[in-house]
This record gives sequence, structure tokens and C-alpha cells, in this order.
Amino acid sequence: MTRFIERHPAWALILLIAVAVMLWLILAVWPPGLEEAIGRKRVFLNAVFNGITLGSLYFLVASGFTLIFGLMRNVNLAHGSLYLFGGYIGYAISVWTGSWVLGFIIAFVGVALVGVVLQIVVFRRMEGEDLRQTMVTIGLSIVFADLMLWAFGGDFYQIQTPSWLVGPIELPLVTAVKSSGEAVYLRYPMVRLVIFVAAVVIGIAMWLALNRTRVGMMVRAGVDDRDMLAATGVPIQLVFVAVFALGAGLAGIAGVVGGTFQSISPGEDTRFLLASLVVVIVGGMGSIPGAALGAVIIGLAEQLGSVYIPTYAIVVTFLIMVLVLALRPQGLLARR
Amino acid sequence: MFKSCAGLVALSSLLLSGAAIAQEKIKVGVTATLEGTYTVLGEDGIRGHQTAINTLGKKVGDKEIEFIVASTDATPDSAIRAVRKLIEQDKVQILLSPLSGDEGIAVKNFAKTRPELTFVNAASGAQETTYVDPAPNFYRYNMDGAQWQVGLGKYAYETKGYKKIATVGDDYSFIYTQVFGLVLEFCGAGGQVTNRQWVPLGTKDFASVIAALPDDVDAIYLGLGGADAVNFLNQYQQAGGKAHLMGGSIMVDQTILSAKGNAKNALIGTIAASGQADTWEDPGWQKFVKAYQDAFPPNKRFPSPSLLATNYYNSTMALILALRQANGDLSNNQAKLREALAKIELDAPNGKIKLDSNRQAIGTNFVTEVVDDGKGALFSKVVKVIPNVNQTLGYDPAVFAKIGVPSRTVPECKKY
Repeated sequence: MTRFIERHPAWALILLIAVAVMLWLILAVWPPGLEEAIGRKRVFLNAVFNGITLGSLYFLVASGFTLIFGLMRNVNLAHGSLYLFGGYIGYAISVWTGSWVLGFIIAFVGVALVGVVLQIVVFRRMEGEDLRQTMVTIGLSIVFADLMLWAFGGDFYQIQTPSWLVGPIELPLVTAVKSSGEAVYLRYPMVRLVIFVAAVVIGIAMWLALNRTRVGMMVRAGVDDRDMLAATGVPIQLVFVAVFALGAGLAGIAGVVGGTFQSISPGEDTRFLLASLVVVIVGGMGSIPGAALGAVIIGLAEQLGSVYIPTYAIVVTFLIMVLVLALRPQGLLARR
Repeated sequence: MFKSCAGLVALSSLLLSGAAIAQEKIKVGVTATLEGTYTVLGEDGIRGHQTAINTLGKKVGDKEIEFIVASTDATPDSAIRAVRKLIEQDKVQILLSPLSGDEGIAVKNFAKTRPELTFVNAASGAQETTYVDPAPNFYRYNMDGAQWQVGLGKYAYETKGYKKIATVGDDYSFIYTQVFGLVLEFCGAGGQVTNRQWVPLGTKDFASVIAALPDDVDAIYLGLGGADAVNFLNQYQQAGGKAHLMGGSIMVDQTILSAKGNAKNALIGTIAASGQADTWEDPGWQKFVKAYQDAFPPNKRFPSPSLLATNYYNSTMALILALRQANGDLSNNQAKLREALAKIELDAPNGKIKLDSNRQAIGTNFVTEVVDDGKGALFSKVVKVIPNVNQTLGYDPAVFAKIGVPSRTVPECKKY
């Protein structure tokens, strides 16, 4: 952090001001002039919160993607299919047992198993051959998409939110002050907050596991120099399988999350593959904090865009990607 | 021995002639949105189509109609791709297509490039399709989105007392047409439409759209359909929304009212208008509902046919009846069939239908209100029946032409 400020004092100042403005926009009661210029505070606050919660969904998908890429250098273009498959499993389980939480667990395990099979049967055979892996995963994603269309049809499914999570919750953020002087607080959907908290917990747990445990150390060493690590006697194939399973399982969980606050249907696989590609390009390939930052930026851009410039909302996302590629092609938080 | 031999010969000759007849087929291509946001709508459309076949049969004189179904996803290019495939690969002679508004405009334009074929619109309802530069070989037996909103504006303003409303709708031609019909009547009666929000078709995350809904209006009009409507209602419930709602023709429809979960309960008491009402007591309607219910097991259909099922039923019926009138004669650029199609007056389950000079339906419209039947199922209950609704909505054609083609901002909120 201090090194960044020393190296780029101007950028640091701009960032600091941006953060301060954002905090003021979120915490302060807006003066009437501002409300007239850019609309009500409630709309703005909601868009910001929605952006961050949508970002947490993107993070869940993209973190698995970036983890697999970081360690194994393979771009798994079937990652979107894993997301969709997780969603379908979650739906089937939650309908069958009536338990939302069980849906998460089984989706994680089920999709992680698919990941293990993929790693052992497909990727191990073509280690280090980027182009072949890319082509094979594209092919697989098409096959998976058709198989799922066959099994579940073209219908859209929505996973029922458990009753204790339905409805809004009042947050201690003032959106407006009534003429009587009474403050109006922000009401926000409970389920989205819970999902946001869960994503933060998963993110921190992943960061801790990578940076504070022995297995994490092995994974990091593998990211830096795979051959050297193998030479020291670490069972690298086992590490690969474990990381692939974890990354796939995260995509499965994300599918259940996506099915809960949006819905799942054919086509969602490519949508989320694209989203996670953009997220990791912006954040930096292979970096977990990068995925988190990229996910929040893309989520905010989509939601603020859909409110303030609805017609061009989709363009904003790709504009950010183009800017990052032009100015910092390795991504915002990449190490090299 | 001889007798049985003769019998065998007779039987085999019968079978042979049967085979010969079966070869002379009239091929009809059908498209429906069996993918994407409007999947549920397409599936129920096909159920309506099947119900019509069950009722009327496939025989036209000594020929048989063969229907070939292709899937689209509500985008115009998917509709053109499906129609092309049906014509070029399956060699169909007649098309029953498409389902959705933008598809309709594209297929109508495509129809002009194939003047030797006949196109019967299946269910699409954009005004432009038959109002602006219509194709001579394109026939539409359902009303357009604006006709389907007739009666709603006045009912909202006069009976419900809504003076100010805002709209949220999917950003494409059919919903433009629906909002067009609503705004003309509501503003004509003296109401105000303060805000029109448009969201891309296939939007998943409505949270910000819901947050941006204005508070200072009496009701919010929802022009959404399929997965978008279900996503919206689900997130509306999670955000704790409480406003009065008004619905478009595919919002208050069995495709949404029968969705899983309880988010749809936000629609109870919602007023809407459409080309049909679930609980209409007309014997023709009841007979159709019964035929639909008998044709499919309860878990493979809605409790009552959706607007799409009715439209597909009507267009299939019109086509089969016209083919029979023309005796299956498709010679001379299908002239006989076209004459029959233009003249036919349908005794449809949702009221009598005839075509105007643009080959656009004039029919009956219904103002409805959503009720709970006590067992958790939602239905649209008839409030008002309005017969003989034409495409210019009763306006003088010259005045109507000045309003302009429906778009995000047309018409203005004023009295025309």
C-alpha cells in the first residue's frame, strides 16, 4: 500500500478522493440540489448495494475460474456449464427436500466431482497444451449445454428462497428526511445481504487458506513454478485435482445463488462465462483479490449503468475491460 | 379360399391407396419460442395449436396437413433462421409464425421476399407488423398489443381512480404497442403517465429497476412477460414492494399466474386487459378451456389456457378452415387459400374475429382483475367485455396515423 502511494502519488490521491466522495454519497443526507440533478438517494443506494451483491455472485463464479487458471494455466471455457449445472442441482435438491441450505452443499459436492472427473479425464491428458485445452473445453461446454437442455428443457427455474429470508430489512442508512424531521431508512432485500456476507466469508476463507496454510503454500508455489514444485516431491497432480474440485464447486454454489436471486435457464452458462472472463481480465488473471475487485467493479458498473444510462448499460462493462486492457493489460491486481 | 384372397387384395389395395394419399401432404411450418425468456409462452402456444388439431383434425379433403415445429428465442434473427430452415429444408408451403413482437416484424418483412408462400401469424402482437407497409401474404388473426389494452386506461382512471401512473416494460415492439394503447386511453381520459422505464428483454436482475420505481404515483403498470415477469415479481417481493399494480396482456396471464412460488400473489387485485379472460362464462370459451384441459395431463399444462394458447388455437383453426374452403388447392400462388383466409370469420373462443383490409384482426377485448380462487390458483376475472376493437382503436384513421408508430416515447401523454 505505502509503496503504491510512493510510486503513484497522483493516482493515490485520485483514489482517495473517489473513496471519500463515495462514502459521503452513501452516508450523508443528500442536499436537494443533488437530488434534483441525479435523482433520489434511495435509487442510488439501492444501485450501489445491488452492484456489490451482484458482484459477490460474479466473484463466486470468477474466483473458481481464476484459481484454476492461476495454478494450471488452463482456461476452462466450460466453467459456465459448471455454474448452470450447479444451479440445476440446487433446484432439484431444494424442490425434493425443501431445504435451501442442503441445495448448496449437494451442488458444491456434485459439481466438484464433475470438476475432478474433468481434470483427470480431460486436462491431465493435455497438460501445457493451451490451444488444445481451449478447444476441448469449448466443445465440452456445447455438449454440456445440450445435455442440460435435454434433461431440464428450455424452461427457467427459480430456487425458492426460504421463508426466513424473504422480504426486506431496514438498514441504518438514511435515504431521505421527511418534512416532519423523521428519517427514512433504506429497506433492502435480506437474501441479497446474506449472499453478500456469504461471499465475503468464502473470499476471506480462500485468502486465508492460500496464504496461511501448508496446502495454500503448495498451491502458491505451483502458481510460481510448477516444475520446481514437482521436483521437490510434492504430489502436484493431487494438488491440481483438489484445486480444480474447489474451483468447480464454487461455480456450483454460485449456480444456486444465481438461481435464488435471479433464475437459471439455458444460455446462463455463456452469460456467466463471459462475466467471469471480463471479471478476471479486469482484476488480473490468477489473482483472488483481483477477482474480488473486478467482480465489484463490473457489478457496480452494470447496476449503476442500468439505472443512470439504461440504454448503454452493457457497453459500460466492456468499456471498462477495454480501458484496463489498454492501460494495464495484466489486470488491476496482477502481480506481474 | 378365393373369398379370403379377394379380401386380402381389397385390403392391400386400400392400404396402398392410403399410402398414396399420405404422400399428398400439405406442409405447414410452425415456430414458437421454445428457448430463452419466453419458453413457457412458446410451450403453451404449442398446446393451443395441438388443441386446435385435436378439435378439427388434420384432413383437408383427401390430403393431410403435416405440421413441422421449429424453435426460436424471441429475437428477430432466430425467427428468420427458423422460418428459412422450415422453407428451405422442410419445404413447407405455409407458415404459422411467429410468437413474439419483434419476430413478427421480421417475418412480415421476410414474407415479402417469398410471395409464393402464405404466412399466418401465430401470436405476435406488434402494431407495426400489419399497420406499417403490410405484406400481402401475411394474415393476423389476433389483435395487436394496443387493441389488447383497450378499456384498461378508462377503467383505471374512472373506476379505480388512478390519476398518475408509471410504466415498466420490456424494451421491444410488442410492449411499446401495449404501452401505446394504454397511454392513449389513460391520458385521453385525463390521467398522467409520469415515467416510462424500459428494460432489455431477458433482464435477470431487476433490483435497481425496482428501486427506481417512483413513490408518488397511484399505480405501476408492468409490461413484462415470461421469465422477466417472474424474476421481477420475485425480486419485488424480496424488496417488500407494496404499490398498486396494473398488468399488460402477457403479465396477467396464466404463464405468470401459474408460476411456482408465492411471489405472484403480489398480482392479486391487479387490473389488466387482454384478448381473453380466464373466467369468462361464454359457452364457446368454456368449451375451449375444457378441450385444452382434456388434451393434456394437469401437470403438463396450466389450469386454464394462456393468451398464447388461445392465439395459436385461433390461427391454427383459421388456417385449417381456410384450407378446407380452398379444398387444399395451393396452385396459382395459393390464390384460393388466400381468398379464403381473407374472408373467413372465426367463431373463436374469445369472441368473433374478422380481418380488415390490412389482414389484421378485429376482435373482442377484455378488462380483467386478478382473483384468487381460494385454493391458491390465480385467475383473471372479467370486468368488462368490449366487442369490435379495430386496429385504429376507434380513432379516425387520419388522426391515428398522426400519432406515430409505437416506440419508447410515442405516444405522448395527451389527448389526440
